[in-house]
Amino acid sequence: MMLSGAEIVVRCLQEEKVEYVFGYPGGAVLFLYDELFKQDQIRHVLVRHEQAAVHAADGYARSTEKVGVALVTSGPGATNAVTGIATAYCDSIPVVIISGQVPTAAIGQDAFQEVDTVGITRPCVKHNFLVKRVEDIAPTIKKAFYLAASGRPGPVLVDIPKDITAAKCEFDYPKSISMRSYNPVSKGHQGQIKKAVQLLMEAKRPMIYAGGGVVLGNAAEPLTKLAKLLGFPITTTLMGLGGFPASERQYLGMPGMHGTFEANMSMHFCDVLLAVGSRFDDRVIGNPAHFAEEPRKIIHIDIDPSSISKRVKVDVPIVGNVAEVLEEMIRAVEASTRRPEEDTLATWWKQVDEWRRRDCLKFKHDGDIIKPQFVVQKLWEVTNGDAFVTSDVGQHQMWAAQYYRFDKPRRWLNSGGLGTMGVGLPYAMGAQLAHPGSPVACVTGEASIQMCIQELSTCKQFRLPIKIVNLNNRYLGMVRQWQQIFHGGRYSESYMDSLPDFAKLAEAYGHVGLRVDKAGDVEDALREAFQRKNDLVFLDFQVDPTENVYPMVQGGKGLTEMILSAEDL
Amino acid sequence: MRHVISLLIENESGALSRVSGLFSARGYNIESLTVAPTEDPSLSRMTIVTTGSDEIVEQITKQLNKLVDVVKVVDISESAHIERELLLVKVRATGKDREEIKRTSDIFRGHIIDVTDASYVIELTGTQNKLDSFLGALDASLILETVRSGICGIGRGDRVLKV
Ligand SMILES: Cc1cc2nc3c(=O)[nH]c(=O)nc-3n(C[C@H](O)[C@H](O)[C@H](O)COP(=O)(O)OP(=O)(O)OC[C@H]3O[C@@H](n4cnc5c(N)ncnc54)[C@H](O)[C@@H]3O)c2cc1C
Ligand SMILES: Cc1ncc(C[n+]2csc(CCOP(=O)(O)OP(=O)(O)O)c2C)c(N)n1
Ligand SMILES: [Mg+2]
Repeated sequence: MMLSGAEIVVRCLQEEKVEYVFGYPGGAVLFLYDELFKQDQIRHVLVRHEQAAVHAADGYARSTEKVGVALVTSGPGATNAVTGIATAYCDSIPVVIISGQVPTAAIGQDAFQEVDTVGITRPCVKHNFLVKRVEDIAPTIKKAFYLAASGRPGPVLVDIPKDITAAKCEFDYPKSISMRSYNPVSKGHQGQIKKAVQLLMEAKRPMIYAGGGVVLGNAAEPLTKLAKLLGFPITTTLMGLGGFPASERQYLGMPGMHGTFEANMSMHFCDVLLAVGSRFDDRVIGNPAHFAEEPRKIIHIDIDPSSISKRVKVDVPIVGNVAEVLEEMIRAVEASTRRPEEDTLATWWKQVDEWRRRDCLKFKHDGDIIKPQFVVQKLWEVTNGDAFVTSDVGQHQMWAAQYYRFDKPRRWLNSGGLGTMGVGLPYAMGAQLAHPGSPVACVTGEASIQMCIQELSTCKQFRLPIKIVNLNNRYLGMVRQWQQIFHGGRYSESYMDSLPDFAKLAEAYGHVGLRVDKAGDVEDALREAFQRKNDLVFLDFQVDPTENVYPMVQGGKGLTEMILSAEDL
Repeated sequence: MRHVISLLIENESGALSRVSGLFSARGYNIESLTVAPTEDPSLSRMTIVTTGSDEIVEQITKQLNKLVDVVKVVDISESAHIERELLLVKVRATGKDREEIKRTSDIFRGHIIDVTDASYVIELTGTQNKLDSFLGALDASLILETVRSGICGIGRGDRVLKV
């Protein structure tokens, strides 16, 4: 039977078992919307801004093991989506974006709502396609899903001119796809794995440094098993939180710019570092020259060869899928009669525990004034550490990462690589739709939340009972912190004047709004919010505007050169 | 260090911009880039001449490999290989210069492929160095126009870059 291009697109999405499409209609995608209208297998979520469509699809993907899908129109629809696409790209999130394009004959004519979407998005997608024939739609969409989810995941965009969605052809969805130009490695090299295990067994001061690759590769289980088998200290990056249970004794917290004292000291002074799906980001290792001063052997497992030896020279590179490589390593460790030397390891742990005793995350709080850290601690208690937590970008993001202790992967959703303010609420939408009935909290700031505030309307339409935890410090806090420390306290444009009354604003959208001014009311407010199972509750916490995020490694400084508290300034 | 990278890429529209975009976005040098379809018209072959430290060139090859359309990447300058470039040069050729230019061209094994009463177009292939020295040997005031193709490269002996 002959189907139109638009019908074919929808059939392809159905074949891919897509539950939700996050999108926004317009001229170039009218045929597609017409076909969505005629079916009820896929639900379309009408966002209020295309940026949020991609963020929500991205949040859906982060909180599940599935590919998120967004649909936007040509021109401004596509350009609005770019921030969302770049955000997903920087954190390697599998998203398929379908964009409408002007009719084939109009391309290049400066047509109405024409932009070169493939050109604009090229540097921030894993791959993209312009479909030129209706026959190419099905194989292209098949490829798009395959590319997005396999190897190092990432966003893939499919641009479809309007006339192609109207043209007809036979529909046949390919069962499988093979591309001669794309064959991601999954099994690690046996010899390298053997070398790695040997190094680990001989280590005197071993350390595991796991990242987003563990979450993306669904490898929390083998990682936890291997780490326990070895008994080594372990840290997880901002993107790897939940990849190893935070409540385990072996866990040292996050490393890096706002990492814990113990994680950073152990990263720096270890003699063997096992990096698992982490990419030695500048926010993690600080100044690479300073990091290189201390001799250590590095084993690096990553599916993307270009992540290896990019910023730090690696001694044992292992290219492969984390889960498979870790399983191999577990087998090798179990088969071996050798174990790390107990006394040596105990001496190392003594040192690590001494660092840990600095208790670098302690904070002073007394009286009525609400400390932001305290709110996150209470959020963790009230939700039994078992909520999906999204955040935006700024101080609140760091406090959420430091004080909410994640025991499971895919519970923590934030923009690490691009650091995009505005992701918090759409991420929460994606997570809540994927996990109806589970608690979802969006820890945000009064500035970030305003970057996608319009989505409160979407939340109402789709009855998403998200709890917004606004750590309202009346400042672009992270900017203010840098200005305080590096720019002589000249707070240029970092104060937010004329803020709305967020509680009333939430009410205007049909939600529940609560303003909390006193520390003593924090817990009750949180409990009340989570008891309201069917309501979105906007909790506007008036927090200490002067609080800073510690520890802090200044840009250009070494990992061990941390500012631990205001007294160090 | 100078490196010559050969790659095979799916012959799709936009393939070239994926490669050139990668170089500009990551701040890598391109000295020259040549591209044309291969005997299999679904594939294009590129030769890219670049410079950079070992670490940078390692990243360049990894990043090129990462492009979804790229089928194969080889740094052919890592072992014995041949490089050739084509030069077309238009020179003013009048009076006694005509003989002199013809002689120089012969020495370099060039061919005069267009003749008017006032000019020649000379075609010359060879390594970058050879073309440079040929241009050096010509009287600069006589050169009207030059065009160079950029380098094509191929490995010596048994080494073959093919799908
Ligand atoms: C305000 C702010 C402050 C920040 N401060 C910090 C900080 O203090 N500490 C910190 O850690 N981060 C911090 N970040 C985040 C930082 O910018 C980086 O995003 C983050 O450190 C990168 O995490 P990652 O190394 O785990 O890599 P990711 O970006 O998560 O990359 C994952 C890696 O795993 C690989 N991979 C993916 N899938 C697989 C698989 N299946 N098998 C094998 N490998 C795979 C990928 O190729 C990639 O190399 C901050 C961000 C912001 C916005
Ligand atoms: C889209 C975007 N613009 C600008 C920035 C730079 N930036 C990083 S944090 C920050 C302040 C965020 O303020 P707020 O949301 O109130 O969080 P706080 O730091 O106060 O907790 C800014 C402006 C960014 N990350 N993203
Ligand atoms: Mg703020």
